[in-house]
Amino acid sequence: MASTEDISIIVEFTGGLEMLFSDERKHKLSVPAKDSKGEAITVGWLVEYLCEEVMKDTRKEMFVLDGHVRPGILVLINDADWELEGEATYTLQPNDNILFVSTLHGG
Amino acid sequence: MAPALCAICETARALVKRPKNGQKLCKGCFITIFEEEIHHTITATKLFSPGDRIAIGASGGKDSTVLASVLKTLNERHNYGLDLVLLSIDEGIKGYRDDSLETVKRNAVQYDMELKIVGYDELYGWTMDQVVETIGKKGNCTYCGVFRRQALDRGAKMLGIKHVVTGHNADDVAETILMNLLRGDLPRLARSTSIVTGDESSDVRRSKPLKYAYEKEIVLYAFHKKLDYFSTECIYSPEAFRGSARTLIKSLERIRPSAILDIVRSGEDMAKLVPEEVTGISHCKSQKVSLSSADGGEEGAGGCGSNGRSSGGEMAEMEKKLQEDEEASGREVDVALIVPSTANGQRHDRIGGKNGVKKETGRKLTRQTLGTCKKCGYMSSQDICKACMLLEGLNKNRPKMEIEIDVEEEEGSTLRRRMEGLALAAG
Ligand SMILES: [Zn+2]
Ligand SMILES: [Zn+2]
Repeated sequence: MASTEDISIIVEFTGGLEMLFSDERKHKLSVPAKDSKGEAITVGWLVEYLCEEVMKDTRKEMFVLDGHVRPGILVLINDADWELEGEATYTLQPNDNILFVSTLHGG
Repeated sequence: MAPALCAICETARALVKRPKNGQKLCKGCFITIFEEEIHHTITATKLFSPGDRIAIGASGGKDSTVLASVLKTLNERHNYGLDLVLLSIDEGIKGYRDDSLETVKRNAVQYDMELKIVGYDELYGWTMDQVVETIGKKGNCTYCGVFRRQALDRGAKMLGIKHVVTGHNADDVAETILMNLLRGDLPRLARSTSIVTGDESSDVRRSKPLKYAYEKEIVLYAFHKKLDYFSTECIYSPEAFRGSARTLIKSLERIRPSAILDIVRSGEDMAKLVPEEVTGISHCKSQKVSLSSADGGEEGAGGCGSNGRSSGGEMAEMEKKLQEDEEASGREVDVALIVPSTANGQRHDRIGGKNGVKKETGRKLTRQTLGTCKKCGYMSSQDICKACMLLEGLNKNRPKMEIEIDVEEEEGSTLRRRMEGLALAAG
């Protein structure tokens, strides 16, 4: 039963990244609390999920490069730099706000 | 994981990890230290004098928006006594600047600053749309690039302002240093490290107060201060040398965050070793004396085609440094003209390939002599400056004149291919 439970999170894209995600800045997502192996999901899982399920744009490399978030894209977990939160290993909590902001786009 | 506390106030939760030293800071302490470091840069380099009227090259993008916000804050906090004006360039490409100019207009209200928007039509008598109408889409990037490089300076001069500040950040400077290093161009490397170009005798000086600020921190500052900025879609054009340099820098930053400032410092140290007669920089004044910012084309155009960040400078030595145009105009076109239609950086190479006439020119390390353009009076190393040459051609409705834009394209392509190879190998 536990594997069917979902958690709600908010994912935001700014700094130009929103253009890769249907021009929507804010995405309210309901994601499974556990991955296919029964482990609690992490930001690393989320990045893969966003790439496969949410991103319609085919230019995946503008978001993920070599299996990692592209260098130059900042990730903030509830406003904190994800480097302070264990980066991709951070375990998602209900109502978390995950923000991806590009430093690569010009003005 | 217990939340880390701020290393300065030791009470609030840390939200930022500084790339330059790994320091963990809360929002308030981060904002303060970011501003005060820029204040330090400004005072240590004696960038401004009380009463100065300063034009902020404003594109509505993150860098120029942060620059405007920080300068306003510091001007009030430390009584600089500056009269700050936002200066935006409108290339006259229908639709292209609409969103960014709207952003700049909002910024002008938010920061209570005067805003001047200067169009290519006012500066040159031609909008880019009219140029395209006349010469077609092929090669118009050359015009846009040449015009853009002079636009902020000409705009400032038109308004009687003698100092333009741009939003070039540490990442942009590191990128330029790296590119010049990879090209073996030490003179230009040296010039690109100085915070100011031009001096008292120049019509318009240029400076980059954010020279030591990480792009990452600029974006975080904008985020935490909830600044209103505009982002255009950027082409991660793998063909472009600059794009590869940028990717390399961002990858280095991930592994070793201090690398960006380390490159800037290395560049400054190398600059000191380059003889003055080669660079035109006077070491004692640590700013350019005889050469002005003609190497602007190399200077971090960084973000994409924002006029605030676009390469700049007077026309000095422009004509002899045609290679710059290849690099800069290639970038400009990526942004200005491809973006609306296709997302692809191929244009860059196509243009290079088609403009064709290639001449081997040896690397010149000789000092350039500056004169002024007989037509417009703008600084130029030839009788007629490049913008005027292009204009003359346009006015005669004779596009692609004998101007060889891509003199050193061959060399550039080779390097670019090598860089691509590197990028692939690194991946
Ligand atoms: Zn603090
Ligand atoms: Zn001229």
